[in-house]
This record gives sequence, structure tokens and C-alpha cells, in this order.
Amino acid sequence: MFDFASFIPRAVMQGIPLLYGSTGEILTEKSGNLNLGIPGVMYVGGICGVIGAFFYEQSVPAAEMSALAAIGIPMLCSLAGSLLMGLIYCLLTVTLRANQNVTGLALTTFGVGVGNFFGGSLIKLSGSEVPSIALSATSAYFSKSLPIAETTGWFGQVFLSYGFLAYLAIVIALLASYFLKHTRTGLHLRAVGESAATADAAGINVTKYKYLATCIGSMIAGLGGLYYVMDYACGVWSNNAFGDRGWLAIALVIFTIWRPNVSVLASILFGGCYILYIFIPTGTNLAIKELYKMLPYVVTLVVLIIVSLRKKREDQPPQSLGLAYFREER
Amino acid sequence: MENITKRFGKVTANNAVNLELHEGEILSLLGENGSGKTTLMNMLSGIYFPDEGQIYIHGQPVTIGSPKDAFAHGIGMIHQHFKLVDVFTATENIILGLEEKGRMNIPEATRKVKEICDKYGFDIDPNQKIYDMSVSQKQTVEIVKVLYRGADILILDEPTAVLTPQETDKLFQIMRNMKADGKSLIIITHKLHEVLDVSDRVAVLRKGEYIGDVLTKDADQQSLTDMMVGHAVALNIDRPEPVNVQKRLEITGLTAYDELGVKRLDDVSFTINAGEVLGIAGIAGSGQRELLESIAGLYPVAEGSVRYYAPDGSAPKELVGLDPMDIRKNGIAMSFVPEDRLGMGLVGSMGMTGNMMLRSWRKGASIFLNRKDPEALANRIWNELGVVTPSTNFPVRRMSGGNVQKVLVGREIAQSPAVLMTAYAVRGLDINTSYTIYNLLTEQKMKGVAVVYVGEDLDVLLELCDRIVVLCGGQVSGVVDARTTDKRQIGSLMTLVRGGKVDA
Repeated sequence: MFDFASFIPRAVMQGIPLLYGSTGEILTEKSGNLNLGIPGVMYVGGICGVIGAFFYEQSVPAAEMSALAAIGIPMLCSLAGSLLMGLIYCLLTVTLRANQNVTGLALTTFGVGVGNFFGGSLIKLSGSEVPSIALSATSAYFSKSLPIAETTGWFGQVFLSYGFLAYLAIVIALLASYFLKHTRTGLHLRAVGESAATADAAGINVTKYKYLATCIGSMIAGLGGLYYVMDYACGVWSNNAFGDRGWLAIALVIFTIWRPNVSVLASILFGGCYILYIFIPTGTNLAIKELYKMLPYVVTLVVLIIVSLRKKREDQPPQSLGLAYFREER
Repeated sequence: MENITKRFGKVTANNAVNLELHEGEILSLLGENGSGKTTLMNMLSGIYFPDEGQIYIHGQPVTIGSPKDAFAHGIGMIHQHFKLVDVFTATENIILGLEEKGRMNIPEATRKVKEICDKYGFDIDPNQKIYDMSVSQKQTVEIVKVLYRGADILILDEPTAVLTPQETDKLFQIMRNMKADGKSLIIITHKLHEVLDVSDRVAVLRKGEYIGDVLTKDADQQSLTDMMVGHAVALNIDRPEPVNVQKRLEITGLTAYDELGVKRLDDVSFTINAGEVLGIAGIAGSGQRELLESIAGLYPVAEGSVRYYAPDGSAPKELVGLDPMDIRKNGIAMSFVPEDRLGMGLVGSMGMTGNMMLRSWRKGASIFLNRKDPEALANRIWNELGVVTPSTNFPVRRMSGGNVQKVLVGREIAQSPAVLMTAYAVRGLDINTSYTIYNLLTEQKMKGVAVVYVGEDLDVLLELCDRIVVLCGGQVSGVVDARTTDKRQIGSLMTLVRGGKVDA
């Protein structure tokens, strides 16, 4: 019998970083910026949180830690790191009008490099035997779940057993969805992504919207990296462990057709696909395991094909996605 | 508006223009292409800022520095090219950019849009998406957008250019409704019968100068045409008599539709002769581009034929259905200087040599590109036409418009074509470069090339060409001898409405 009660929580935990990443990327893309640097941004978000947590743990003994500082310091560090990444992206693509694809891919390479560099340095500093550092004290604060989760059986296990960042991801995704659909600012943001010239003519500050959407989007995505290390990985950082989750987040954007509210469930689906191989007996044949790991990408491809077959205008990417806007160019 | 002057670099687009608009009237602004109508209106709507002069509204001097300022003074402009977001509904587009207080209330906005529609007789569904709308509905959304912002002065830039006659009638009815409501309207149009139909007063611009205004009831097509085109200016383009004229291309019954199914060319027939410069005149968008592209094999032709008569007297060849490569394979040397120089003519990021290779890459024996010949050709054009560029590898995108055109025309002429087609070859060029181009074309004509010149300046067409084909709404409204005709006649052919008569 397939064990849903233990499968679903694991799928959710896999899905949360993707949800953060895709919500951030959707906001960014709605402004017409195709930020392919999201994997790098998430990686930097993760390592900055680790740096914050590491020095907090170094300076304060575990007994004297306060929950506010243990959560607040890594979180602020993570937000600052990913904000910086977003600013670099905006400076290059919006102000200097560099090519968005190239900038994004470069930022991913850069972000992973930064993460591995500081990750390696911290491992050296801590003098650990294995190539990883464990920040179990602060991580405990992140992954703390409601006490009733233990006592409510399968219900608690499926719905209540997560750290606060998981619930925050869902709240942010739903808020983003409401923001895009029902607020004036959301309407303006969508107009910027669809047709910057039209938005400009309507008196909307295109540059401001692009900067804000991209930077806020990056910060949200960075939280995905933070969640991954501090909660999912129980505070254990080892270089390159984040894997291809950043790309999955971008795939998720396409999969949900630019809708953060759909992303809440879709991220769990992706997370489930990602770990399905553990739950399905595959024997010793590793090749089959790898095939299962392909599932999220296959699903994304199928959705892309279906969407382009239906040719519905609402399902298309923002029209000026990937294009720099320059008023005097006609 | 008093003494408004606007210059773009050395070009004076508007020179000391005075214009008056009364409350509750429809004013037509009339003038040839490039006479500065749109520039003038852009200054009123805050897109450009006048270099000199003062704008008064209700007797008060005002400064209009941005479209927002214009709206604050109740001025709204409906541009020729719509600025709408396709995936938004009409209402969403209308409220876009408004900084109203409180939450965004779409139902309330929809109600207000409906109110405006009912008041003036607009026929749109506020909840319909823009991409589902026809051109005339999109235009309506633009008008409602302006009214929603409380405009009292509406400027419509060639609103009828994209409309069918029925839609035009509907628009005019709405304009009259707005006038009855006390709004003032300015309509820019080329079509004289529309001017006479809808407006109360007509103001005429010519080459950036204000010629005067007349009450519509005191005007007729004839007097307006005279005001619009003025008197011929002698340009002194050298025009030798054509020698050895031969039929080169025969176009019969050419009909073509664009991707929206709108008829762009309607039963066009004429001949293009070798040793002649054939002018094509017409108001912008009358089918000039489609005609040239159809001949060059770039535009899908629905009906009709284009037959090519080779100089050696062999049997005529049918060109319809062939693409440019086929045409070339058939041994037909056709050169095309398109309107969109950097889009269709040249690759902006490549240098002169690279652009020369676009024409010659198939030549040469080996699989490697032959760089030498294009390099030599580039150097020749550089020297002979006096192209100003640091080197033949300098990206053409960064050259000035005149130099880009010299490169393009030079390359096309170097192919020693049998047919040379040029679209707006001198657009945006200064007077000296223009003359260089005219001389090149005349030179080609004397070599026995069939030259086609699509132009917008009637003075030039009259001085340069031997015969002129006039297009109007995709139809040939007349073929005239450039030596005996005058601007007045061409002007009335250009504005000739379907079924109307030439009154010249």
C-alpha cells in the first residue's frame, strides 16, 4: 500500500522551495523581466541565511538563544543577499539594457559560485570533519511545528507538521495572486510586462515597476533557499546540495501559466514527482530511479504543448517578456 | 496656439503656426504627408514640447509638458497606433494608469464606461478582451479612455485610415454627438470628402506652415486641394528624355489581402517600362508597400499576374507564386530598396562588407564565403557614393539614415538589375543626399533599367518620374504623364474616393 501519510508531507517539503522560487519568478516575469538567475538567487538566499545563522551560533551559546534572533538574523541575511542579486539583475537589464537571458544565466553561475565559495569557507572555519556544516540549534527554530501536530494522527502529519516558512510560502503565493488580479498596482505591473510602451503612455513608471517587481521577486525566491537549508535540510549546508531546484521553480512558472495560486498545489505535485522514486520500489536498477526524477520536467513539457495547442491569449507569457524597454526606440 | 515652432535637428516641422479651436466645434486639420499635422497635435497633447510659442486654453496661457499635463487641461489624443494591452479587457485598459483613491473597483469602472458609451452611442462591451476586438472597436476603446479622463478637447489622428466606410459613418455620428455635448474635436485626415462631411472649419498646413482656415460650408474639394498642395516648387532635377523604352513588367489585376483579410490591393494593373522612371504616388498606406512586395515575391497575391519581359525578347515569365530566390534563379535581376531599411534591407549589426555578402553569399565555388569581392564592392560604394563611416566593417545600424540608404541603394544598383524598385528612397534624408539618390536613379534609367520610385513628395515625383501611377485605397486611381500633369491633378487622384469622379 502506498503510504500517503508519509508521502504527502515529504512532497510538500520538497515543493515549498519551488513555491517560493516560482512566486518570486512570476512577479518578476509579470514585469517583463525573464530572470533566469533564479537558481543563483535562491542559492545566495540559502548561503546568506547560513552565514547569518553560523555567526549567530558562534557568538551565542545554544542555551541563551532567543527565537526571534535565531530566526530573524538568518532571514534578514537571506533577504539582503537575494535583494542584492535582484538589484544586480535590474541594474544590468533595466538600466543598462543588457540581454536578459545572458544576464540571468550569468547570475545563476555567479550565485552558485558565491554560495560554494562561502559555503566552503564556513566549512573550513568550523573545522568540521565532513564537507558540510550543521546549524542544528538555529535550524530547530525554523523547523518547529505546532505541538498538536503530534497528537492529531494523519491529519496533523499532513497539514500541521511543517515549519512556519512553509505556511509563509503559501500565504505569499496567495497574496501575490490577489495582488496581480485585484489591485491597481497589480494591473499596472501586468501592463508593464505586456506592453511597456502602453504602460509608459498611461503614465506608469516602467523602470520603477521593473525594479520593484524584480527585487521583491528575488527576495521571495531567496526565502526558498533559506527554507531549503534551515528547515528541509535541518540546517546542514553542503556545497551543491541544492541541486536543480532553481530550474524546477522556473519550470513551475510555465507549468502554472504564471499563476501563483495554482503554484501552491502544483509545487506539491512537482515535489511529489521529485521524490516519487523513493516511494516506488524500483529494486536496484538506478536507471529507473533517474527516469522517475525526470517526471517534473516531462510534466512541464506536456503542459507547454497543451498550452500552445490551445492558443489562448491569457495563457501566453507576458508579451514583452525578455525585452528591454527604451522609450525613444520605435 | 500661437506662433508654435518645433524643430527636429535642422528640420523645422512647424514654423510659427497659429491655430484656434472653438468650443463645441469640429476642426479638420488638412495637409500633405510631412506637413507637420501630427507634430503640431503632439505638442498639444504633451508628447513633444514646442521650441517657441505659447498655448492658451480658455484664454489662459498653459504649459503642457507631458500627456498627464494635457489630461489635466482636458486634452486627449487618439493616436494612429493604438496603445492598448491585448490581454486586458476594455475597462482595464481604460483605467490603466489612473491614480484614483481607494481599492481598484472594476465593476464601478465598468459602470462608468457603460455610462459614457450610452451617452455618445459607442458600441463596445467593457468586459471584452482587446484581442477579440475589431480595429474600430479598439479605436472606440481609445476614445472612451480619453473621455473617461474627462477630456473636453479630443484630437483624432487619422482615425478613418483603418476604418471601413460604414465604421467611418458611425464614428462621425459619434463625433457629432460629442460636439452637441460641448466638446471640441480636432480631426486629422487626408480625405477631403470626410473633411467636408464632418467638420465645421478646416485649417490647412503645408510644409510646416499654417496656410489658413476656412469654414467648411465655404469650401469645396477644389479649393481645399489648392490650399493643401500650393504651387509647384522648382527643384531642377535633371530628367533626360527616356530612350529605348521597352515593356519590362506587366501587372494585371493584382489583388492581395493582409493577414486580417483586409483588401490591400484591388485589381491593380499597369506596366513598368525599361528606360523609364515610374513614380507611384498615393497617401501613406494606400497599398504602395504591398504592391512592391507583391512584385518582389514577398507578399501573398490572391489574384492577378506579374509578367516579366526579359530584355532579350524571350517569352514572358510569370512571377506570381515565386519567392525572391526563385525569381533570382529564373535569371531575373530585380532589386528592391524597401521602406524599412534596417528591417528588410540591411542587417544593422553587420558592416558594409557583411551586408554586401547578403546578396552574394551563394556565389563562389567553395563552401567557404568569398569575402574579397564583397569587400571590394563595399569599398567602391564607400568611395563613389561618399558614405561617411569609419570602416567597411562599422555596423550600419550606427550610421546616419542617409548613409544607410546610400549603402542599400549602392548594393542594389551594383547587382545591375533589370528592375529597380525603391520605396520612399529619400525619406529622412537631407536635400543633398536626396539629390545623390535622384541622380543614381536617373543614371539607372539611362542604362535601360526599369526604375520604380515610390515617393511622398509630389514635387519630386513630378520632376523625377516619366509616368506616375496614383494609388488610392489599394486601387489605381490614375496613370498620368509626369511632364504634363500637375500637383492638383495628382492630389485629387490621391484623395479620389471609390466610385467618385476625377474633377480635374
